[in-house]
Amino acid sequence: MSTESNSVKRTLLTPFNIMAGIVILTGVVLTILRFTLGLAGVTNLSDDNPWGIWISFDLLCGVALAAGGYTTSAACYIFGLKRYHSAVRPAILTAFLGYALVVLALHYDVGRPWRLPYPIFVQQGTTSVLFEVGLCVFLYLATLFVEWSPACLEWLGYKKARKTVVRMTLALTILGVILSTLHQSSLGALFLIAPSKVHPLWYSVYLPVFFFVSSIAAGLSMVIFEGTLSHRYMHDKMDEKYLSGHEGVTTGFAKAASLVLASYFCLKVLGIAMDNNWHYLTTGYGAWFLVELLVFVALPCLLYAMAVRERNIPLIKWSAALTVVGIIVNRFNVSMVAFNWQLPAVDRYFPSWMEIAVSVFIITVGILLFRFISSRMPIFHEHPDYAMHEPEPAQSPRHGLG
Amino acid sequence: MLRRTFLGILGSAGTGVVLGRSAHAAGNREFAGHPGSFGVLFDATRCIGCRKCEAACNKVNELPAPSKTFEDLSVLDVKRRTNAGTFTVVNRYDNIPGVAGSVFRKSQCNHCLEPACASACFVHAFTKTAHGAVTWDPSVCVGCRYCMVACPFNVPAFEYSDPLTPRIMKCTMCYPHIASGRLQVPACTAACPNESLTYGNRNDLIMVARERIRAFPNRYISHIYGEHEMGGTSWLYLSGVQFKSIGMRDDLGTVSAPELTSGALAAVPVVAVAWPALLAGIYAISKRKDKVAHEEKLEAMARVRTEAKADLNRALIQAEAEKKTAVERAVRKALEEAAKSQTEEGA
Repeated sequence: MSTESNSVKRTLLTPFNIMAGIVILTGVVLTILRFTLGLAGVTNLSDDNPWGIWISFDLLCGVALAAGGYTTSAACYIFGLKRYHSAVRPAILTAFLGYALVVLALHYDVGRPWRLPYPIFVQQGTTSVLFEVGLCVFLYLATLFVEWSPACLEWLGYKKARKTVVRMTLALTILGVILSTLHQSSLGALFLIAPSKVHPLWYSVYLPVFFFVSSIAAGLSMVIFEGTLSHRYMHDKMDEKYLSGHEGVTTGFAKAASLVLASYFCLKVLGIAMDNNWHYLTTGYGAWFLVELLVFVALPCLLYAMAVRERNIPLIKWSAALTVVGIIVNRFNVSMVAFNWQLPAVDRYFPSWMEIAVSVFIITVGILLFRFISSRMPIFHEHPDYAMHEPEPAQSPRHGLG
Repeated sequence: MLRRTFLGILGSAGTGVVLGRSAHAAGNREFAGHPGSFGVLFDATRCIGCRKCEAACNKVNELPAPSKTFEDLSVLDVKRRTNAGTFTVVNRYDNIPGVAGSVFRKSQCNHCLEPACASACFVHAFTKTAHGAVTWDPSVCVGCRYCMVACPFNVPAFEYSDPLTPRIMKCTMCYPHIASGRLQVPACTAACPNESLTYGNRNDLIMVARERIRAFPNRYISHIYGEHEMGGTSWLYLSGVQFKSIGMRDDLGTVSAPELTSGALAAVPVVAVAWPALLAGIYAISKRKDKVAHEEKLEAMARVRTEAKADLNRALIQAEAEKKTAVERAVRKALEEAAKSQTEEGA
């Protein structure tokens, strides 16, 4: 198989590339429609439903699933778990691309995208939770860019600049954790202002805590989940060190994710108890709430724990996928299913195919960028010039560009 | 880390640090509205659903002409809400238990005393004016629509069909027209033929409303909607039927919108100042643990080395001694043999 593809001179017409091409083309057409017909031309948004899937998925899920960046770098650099070092770079790259794409997606959603810097540079609405989200996402995107830059600088061969950035690692990591704590929780706090619109089972004064704690589980699970995918498709780019560390990272993160999910489960139950919302559990919304809590929180928590005990790597990977789906379900529930629950069915929101297509387009752009960067820059392998635990070779081989 | 994080957030959520403009979290201060500010009292028992207010609003605000004229009352057959081209709507409510005929209710922006939209706006585009009106500034709005998510009355609307310069559209209580001297009172109140709308000082309006309830206890239910709902609104409502039956939420509570998020906002500076110390502390502990482990390793190695050296010395000394005795024995043996051979030769 591999010899065959080599002999065919690496054609660009792989099934994946063809699919990606179609998605990108659709995305370009929809982008033109969005900026000529307005939001009404491509979305099902209405005056009662001002936020749709571009906020629910692209912003809320995007940010939660990019949490691997701060969880992994915190584990390695702050908690001193140095054996996770090989997982830091892929996680930081995913987070950086994730946040960049969140900002890209917002350009489609807001009415006047060129004004997105206004809340920071023109007039600050400091009483707004969204202001805090905006400020933190802006600062964190900048932080992630700097955290990611050593990989790029190694690729370009700028040794001095790389050395300066690497020296700032600890400070950057701490800054990243602070900013992530703040905006991950604030995404939940966005809905605190609308107790009359969010179903009581999902509305809680603990919403910020729920969003923050679940983002840790999301981050850990994404690192495992994405490692699985990368393993399958980027195997040739991985060095001995990444490959040998991979299983340790997987089991270590699985153990942590199990603990975090257990804590999250207890918090959710606490939320119900605090507001005495038990009676809602017998309603239709209650059934769906229980599905979310039992199938997407308790079950992966249990599966993770079992898999770690039995050293069952495939089961860990399935648990990670289940957790990731669960986070998406939760963010959709808070922002779409439970939102406007009192409105009659005709006034409720369901995304148009074009909104979904734009979201798929943005994910595809992300995957392509990830592939482009990780196949060129030292992401899954160490750059020979900077190999950490090995003596400096007398003559370090120069690495050409590309 | 998790437990610590969780407890940290719980703890900080309750501390209540006052942040910026008006997010008063701690203390029992209450904002009762700008003194002398204006409002409108709507009396549902007087409204006849003629839509004259809608027509006047449409005209003064130069909004697009509707597909059906304002005289066409068949519009009332379906429930409507405010939208980008309509700042106020009148709805008809039929089949209310215990009521013969229909009840009408006008809706528009309620001009909250502490508006959710203004609290939610991340560019501070909304202003609660001293006059009482809540106004919106088109020059900074990004079009994020969080104000629409936040508004408990579902009032702000958005120009979804405008691709590049969509605006948030809502009733201004005719603030620009009154400020410019074009109008004395909001257009809708001037147009009402049956005096179901009264414009005036909000405190006076509350007095008027109470007086009506006192004078006609059978005509009104004893509640002024908007006096306390969501912290109070500049528009006030009187009704002869439960407000719920004329489409008004009776479960909004009296907590103002800014208070709902002030706790979460108060936690922000706490996290920002406490996390560096906490994280640096964790880092220091983990680093120290590594250092101690390293030192212990070195110590153990040194101990092993000295012990090995001592063993070697002892072995060397022993070997030396053994060698010495062996040599002595050999010499003695040689001497004995030499003496023996001498005596044998001598014999």
